[in-house]
Amino acid sequence: MEEEEGLHQLQLLDTMFVRGLKRKCFDGEEDIEGTLAGFKALPSYNLQRQSLLDMYLVKLQLCHMLVEPNLCRSVLIANTVRQIQEEMTQDGTWQMISTQSTGQTSLDRLVSTDILCRSSKEQVEGKLVQGYSSFPKDFEDTQSQESSEILSTVTSGQAPRSLQSNMWEIENPQENRGNFQKSLDQIFETLENKTPDSVEDLFSEVDNSYYDLDTVLTVMMGNTKMGHCDVLETFPSQAPTNSNSNCKSDLNELDHIVEILVES
Amino acid sequence: MPMQSQSAVTEIAFVFFFAADIISTVEFNHTGELLATGDKGGRVVIFQREQESKNQPHRRGEYNVYSTFQSHEPEFDYLKSLEIEEKINKIRWLPQQNAAYFLLSTNDKTVKLWKVSERDKRPEGYNLKDEDGRLRDPSTITTLRVPVLRHMDLMVEATPRRVFANAHTYHINSISVNSDYETYMSADDLRINLWNFEITNQSFNIVDIKPANMEELTEVITAAEFHPHHCNTFVYSSSKGTIRLCDMRASALCDRHSKFFEEPEDPSNRSFFSEIISSISDVKFSHSGRYIMTRDYLTVKVWDLNMENRPIETYQVHDYLRSKLCSLYENDCIFDKFECVWNGSDSVIMTGSYNNFFRMFDRNTKRDVTLEASRENSKPRAILKPRKVCVGGKRRKDEISVDSLDFSKKILHTSWHPSENIIAVAATNNLYIFQDKVN
Repeated sequence: MEEEEGLHQLQLLDTMFVRGLKRKCFDGEEDIEGTLAGFKALPSYNLQRQSLLDMYLVKLQLCHMLVEPNLCRSVLIANTVRQIQEEMTQDGTWQMISTQSTGQTSLDRLVSTDILCRSSKEQVEGKLVQGYSSFPKDFEDTQSQESSEILSTVTSGQAPRSLQSNMWEIENPQENRGNFQKSLDQIFETLENKTPDSVEDLFSEVDNSYYDLDTVLTVMMGNTKMGHCDVLETFPSQAPTNSNSNCKSDLNELDHIVEILVES
Repeated sequence: MPMQSQSAVTEIAFVFFFAADIISTVEFNHTGELLATGDKGGRVVIFQREQESKNQPHRRGEYNVYSTFQSHEPEFDYLKSLEIEEKINKIRWLPQQNAAYFLLSTNDKTVKLWKVSERDKRPEGYNLKDEDGRLRDPSTITTLRVPVLRHMDLMVEATPRRVFANAHTYHINSISVNSDYETYMSADDLRINLWNFEITNQSFNIVDIKPANMEELTEVITAAEFHPHHCNTFVYSSSKGTIRLCDMRASALCDRHSKFFEEPEDPSNRSFFSEIISSISDVKFSHSGRYIMTRDYLTVKVWDLNMENRPIETYQVHDYLRSKLCSLYENDCIFDKFECVWNGSDSVIMTGSYNNFFRMFDRNTKRDVTLEASRENSKPRAILKPRKVCVGGKRRKDEISVDSLDFSKKILHTSWHPSENIIAVAATNNLYIFQDKVN
């Protein structure tokens, strides 16, 4: 039911989009800029832009969670967010949003392609050994914590302060060499046996559900006053409950893996 | 060889079907005798064309499995804690120089050179070994024999001859064999490397667009190809919808392009998806070397090498999706990488779409056709029925509405026989071969 409603909203968005284009085409011949400016002032345009921005941000955030994201995709999304950001800065809506909760820096951070490309850059330096293990924690954190925190930690190039990543630091090679070796073996075994499948599963689910923007859009359409940062925070807590239980179970599976990793 | 481009666009018959793993690349060799496919599982399957015979003209264009081998295995990079997929991203054939065939196959990180050769004889009658290959007791050897070659069942062997590894930090999206036949290039998201076929431990970096500060990264390389005749020239396309032509004679690092192909943006069509849909997913030189073809999300464009400011031809592949971009973004389809191919005479171009549809555009007559790769709808030797997508208004019989298109069925990879109207179309895990009507 809700999905249907979401679908409807999405179709609405599609039609709004077309209508917008048509408007531009019809009277755009003499004064495209003027019409464009007038068009931009329409509340529906702002709403649409806001919804799209939210959508982009959700995808971008998911890019950040991947160990080795599709660079082309990430760059394209980041560029578009920048474009929307620029446009919103011009008409003043951006400041409003950015001062609302998380602050501009975190959004800038989000757009920064540096995070997107960290895998290749930092992993070479061996800083991101926690790759797989930190991922589920990040995933979890986004739901409870402010996304800005994790993101800025990750960007700063230091190991995130999450539990799993500390595992590598806590394990003191000199004192615990035997344990360390053992745990490493276990980790690799776990990675071999479980992670590929479950991570993939998670993402296949994520594709359909977590990303399921019908839900986001419904939330946003219903509450337009909400800044998109708020939306990002509210959305994950709502999405799993109403649209997908598989996602939840996958998360549990991941939790389980994380437990194994931590305990070992 | 006479070309029948007219019939290629109007009358195409279904001839062959093969089910496999999800096919990730398809490529005819330079004679069209062989067709190679690569799949998600790292396998390469090579098909060989049936020998033509006068009394069996209906078997013309039929291909049978010739050789199957595991080209790439899944790997785990322990240093970077990364899984390296075995999926074959591209296959490129080397021109045939002796009885053996050579091809390059690549996954995200490693390019391999494979030799595919036939064996139908084996030596028999060794003096020191028995028939099973075990060494004989010297005391039992009393006479000398002359070993002979005996016929055996034809065996096709694939052997890895070179492995070109450890040169790419990002994902390899293209490989291209140079017309000097001694070198090839491999391109990833940010760099292009030039290799000699004989040397595996070093390559030359010829393009590097990685900014010193990765935060400034706004553009990636999406595809690259060598000029078919000038070994010093190559092109690469970018996610910003532009194409750069580089001349390796100018400098060792081709940071500065010789030509820059870019079409000015149409302000009336500007939207939040503009950049994403203008990203080029494939670039191909025409066989003549005069034109380049690029594929972006909604169109195929043909550029004249002598005109950089706009393409000479633009073909709409599925313009009806323009109103669906939001949904296509949501389900990630907007990032699909469609490829495009020329026919042998550069007069027809072909590219894929959704719902297992593929499109052909005749550059001379300006006619175009939408065909469907489907097992249900195509009987052997039957002419494919052109399909039509209904855009708004009333849906006529035999038309399919935009809303009922299946976006999970997409044709990303196709290949065109180098001299005949035979095409190979990969639809997810099925390979279809079609050819023009047999007279």
